[in-house]
Amino acid sequence: MNGPFEFALRLGDDALIAAQRLAEWTTRAPEMEEDIALANIALDQLGAARLLLTYAGELEGAGRDEDALAYLRDDREFRNCLLVELPNDDFAVTMAKLLFLSAYQLPLYTALAECADERLAAIGSKARKESAYHLDHASLWVKRLGDGTEESHRRMQAAADQVWPYVAELFTPDPGAPVDPATLRAEFDATVTAVLTEATLARPESGWAPAGGRDGLHTEHLSYLLAEMQVLHRAHPGAKW
Amino acid sequence: MYGNDFGAPEEASGGGLLGEVEAAEAALREAAARQRRGLPASDDDLAGFFAEIVEADQKIEPRDWMPEAYRKTLIRQIAQHAHSEIIGMQPEGNWISRAPSLKRKAILLAKVQDEAGHGLYLYAAAETLGISRDELVDLLLDGRQKYSSIFNYPTLTWADVGAIGWLVDGAAIVNQVPLCRCSYGPYARAMIRICKEESFHQRQGYEILHTLAHGTPEQKAMAQDALDRWWYPSLAMFGPPDGESTHSTQSMAWKIKRFSNDELRQRFVDMCVQQAEILGLTIPDPGLRWNDERQAYDYTQPDYDELMRVIKGDGPCNRERMAHRRRAHADGAWVREAAAAYAGKRAAEKKEKVAA
Ligand SMILES: [Fe+2]
Ligand SMILES: [Fe+2]
Repeated sequence: MNGPFEFALRLGDDALIAAQRLAEWTTRAPEMEEDIALANIALDQLGAARLLLTYAGELEGAGRDEDALAYLRDDREFRNCLLVELPNDDFAVTMAKLLFLSAYQLPLYTALAECADERLAAIGSKARKESAYHLDHASLWVKRLGDGTEESHRRMQAAADQVWPYVAELFTPDPGAPVDPATLRAEFDATVTAVLTEATLARPESGWAPAGGRDGLHTEHLSYLLAEMQVLHRAHPGAKW
Repeated sequence: MYGNDFGAPEEASGGGLLGEVEAAEAALREAAARQRRGLPASDDDLAGFFAEIVEADQKIEPRDWMPEAYRKTLIRQIAQHAHSEIIGMQPEGNWISRAPSLKRKAILLAKVQDEAGHGLYLYAAAETLGISRDELVDLLLDGRQKYSSIFNYPTLTWADVGAIGWLVDGAAIVNQVPLCRCSYGPYARAMIRICKEESFHQRQGYEILHTLAHGTPEQKAMAQDALDRWWYPSLAMFGPPDGESTHSTQSMAWKIKRFSNDELRQRFVDMCVQQAEILGLTIPDPGLRWNDERQAYDYTQPDYDELMRVIKGDGPCNRERMAHRRRAHADGAWVREAAAAYAGKRAAEKKEKVAA
């Protein structure tokens, strides 16, 4: 941990990459209402990302604004967790990712709302309400899919198993941070266990625990995501949009 | 409706912009406050009741008797409008992932989301006429109902997002504002809500082009190129010229349509000329000039043969747009089935509890 800049960057990058992935669902969701709901969640994540990256830029004091941070860094400079950069895959995988992300972001933003840094506290207090909605939405779908048809049960269990290893990275201890992620694990476990149980799903086994996102060591997927996200901005250096 | 470029003998209506939406909304409230005449005394009075309500500029409501042809015309028109909103998400959705700033990304994502909302209100309005959304979606996916042909053109650059907002949403508003006074209540009410949002979209598109046109030389060229490609297809949104448009008289009498295709097209051209000047962009029409006698601009007609080809399915993106929608629908089937199964289980549990 290198101080508040790094902390704001991590949270901002999580939100930005999550938004980029969720927005990929636009025009592709399983039903029209879900197209709207996923766009809503993507917009919330994007809104939080903009606040966090703007603040990160100010903390850094090198004149970088939200767009400089979003568009002009390479993948090795991104600090998001691996979970958010994983491809959307099918709807079950997307919902597993969203369940785990929101069950982490809700206690994180709630704790942040109480922290000493006023700017971070204001962001946390706004974002936690949004996270509560994201968690509700993901929980409802995980239950529907887990306790729906045979096929949806099979897909939802496979999705939870597939994504679960990426959860460990979220709670890597960081005692100096405004909120130490390790302190959020108990609440996360309680939330997720309750949802999985109601969804008639088995809680995946912990074992392999990939990490590296916080140090800029990502999966192969992030570089492609950024190539697409940044292509136009980078093609016109210095232009205003 | 989005446009009148659907292919089926379509009609249009015309009007002004946000001020007129508000005027229509006031008229709607005023008409609702006025007591409608008593319901028909007998079956012999049904047609008379319908005619009097339309004549008095009041609203036909879902439970009222209406001529079968009126019902059919409305279902087709509202459904095609709904399909246009849903298919119309694709060309702009194409740029969400690459939007050049986070602010633009947020605005575009919210816009495309609005269009999904418009689709939903309109399907709901059509459902009041006794047809289900699922049936209408099937008609679209089977190719038996159309959507606005404008969405069969590709979005090749970021400036196309601006051009769609300014021109396509602009043309849609010109078409839709008169529909806020349509004789069918649920459609008129949906149109008021939609028109207000479309006017934001138009402003946002205009703003994108304005920023580009006042940016780097490459950005300005990108904006001009987008205007060059979108101008004539936007004019074609108003449908074939009046001489070739059928069904109009009946729709006019029913107060579903209030202005002809050519009247609306003229109104749109007149509106755009001044805006293009402020943008500093050139409308790609050497024949464009003010006609003092007509108090309107003379302009070159769009290529209606091209419009017919696109309507028939041979536009640049017809196949992709339909394939994309069919794929999303098919890929989502297992999710919709799961939701239905889950709801069924919960309902059964509730019943059991009540019985116990
Ligand atoms: Fe719309
Ligand atoms: Fe629109």
